[in-house]
Amino acid sequence: MADSMQFDLVSPERSLASLQASAVLIPGAEGDMTVMPDHAPLITTLRPGIVRVEGPEGTSEYVVTSGFAEIRADSLSVLAEKAIPVDEMTRAHLDEMVAEARARYEAAQQATGEQPNLVDDAAKLLADMEALGDHIRI
Amino acid sequence: MPSLKDLKNRIESVKSTRKITKAMQMVAAAKLRRAQEAAEESRPYTERFNAVLAALAASVGEGGPKLLAGTGSDQVHLLVVMTAERGLCGGFNSNIARLAKQRIAQLQAQGKTVKILTVGKKGRDQLKREYGDLFVGHVDLTEVKRVGYKDAQGIARDILSRFDAGEFDVATIFFSKFVNVVTQEPTALQIIPASVEEGAGEDAGAGTVYDFEPDEDAILAELLPRGVATQIFSALLENGASEQGARMSAMDNATRNAGEMIDKLTIQFNRSRQAVITNELIEIISGAEAL
Repeated sequence: MADSMQFDLVSPERSLASLQASAVLIPGAEGDMTVMPDHAPLITTLRPGIVRVEGPEGTSEYVVTSGFAEIRADSLSVLAEKAIPVDEMTRAHLDEMVAEARARYEAAQQATGEQPNLVDDAAKLLADMEALGDHIRI
Repeated sequence: MPSLKDLKNRIESVKSTRKITKAMQMVAAAKLRRAQEAAEESRPYTERFNAVLAALAASVGEGGPKLLAGTGSDQVHLLVVMTAERGLCGGFNSNIARLAKQRIAQLQAQGKTVKILTVGKKGRDQLKREYGDLFVGHVDLTEVKRVGYKDAQGIARDILSRFDAGEFDVATIFFSKFVNVVTQEPTALQIIPASVEEGAGEDAGAGTVYDFEPDEDAILAELLPRGVATQIFSALLENGASEQGARMSAMDNATRNAGEMIDKLTIQFNRSRQAVITNELIEIISGAEAL
């Protein structure tokens, strides 16, 4: 069994990481999951949250907002809409993200008529964002 | 025959024009490098994205959401024409506009309805005279110094809300593909319904059967709008690099032409100076002989 897999983290604006990882924690749509080599092929969407990568040079963490991950036996690609290394994360970034989520929540509330799910989704997004802020304590 | 002073003034003015075009060329070269880097940075994302989309589309097969399968008709076309905000870049804007015009004429000949959304001032100016009544909107990026994913998302959201409102059936974007500094290729790309390249997923997912979480439909519903934004983003970046490339070669030409003009004017200036001197000498000599 291989003890590492190719991990890529890319956002539309730049490629953040490309390395051999032994385990990666990703915030999947239906719960956090740790992906290790020889995982069954899987495509999942992501919640806003933290990706923790265990690579040869220790552990690194990235904040990602929605996106998706493609998992294969020998590789894992995370395509995030927005990804920031935790060290570079600032209060300002978080505020911006929370404000965006809140705006979407309010917009959804106003247009409830058709799809009540949208409000729930947006509320969850907002809660995720705020939890994220608590987690990294800034 | 212009006087010596006129010639001198003209030479001076051409010289300062040359300085300006030279400076613009160098600025474009610097911006081009940055634009190229940005385009390259975004490439891995786009490639992966398309591979995943292809894998998904293959597993969904026929049917599926409207963004993938279409509305079932192709009566109303939306053309998104993306050009630069500034001129002085050779045929860059005109080439894109020309391609769009050809497409409009072709669609209208087939009896389709055409709607136009422009991104970038120059394209709007060129299309407005002929097709002003077809315009449904314009996206202004004049204030944007560096195109970000956010800008693409904004445009995508605009297009998607029009799609949801049933304003059109097929959307095509027009932009210029960056081949190299001297070659930019005006390109039309259909984004709605999503055109999944056959074989794009072949090498990536040949024989791989993916599990999906939550499920195919939910992922597709989230992925497809994002695909629109991704394609617009990469088109914007390609366009940015093409614009700078086109400007650079246009300014290079202008600088060279100004140089040739200066040479020609300098020769003319020297000839007339000699003629003036010769004239004066003749006057003096004939004056002396008369005495």
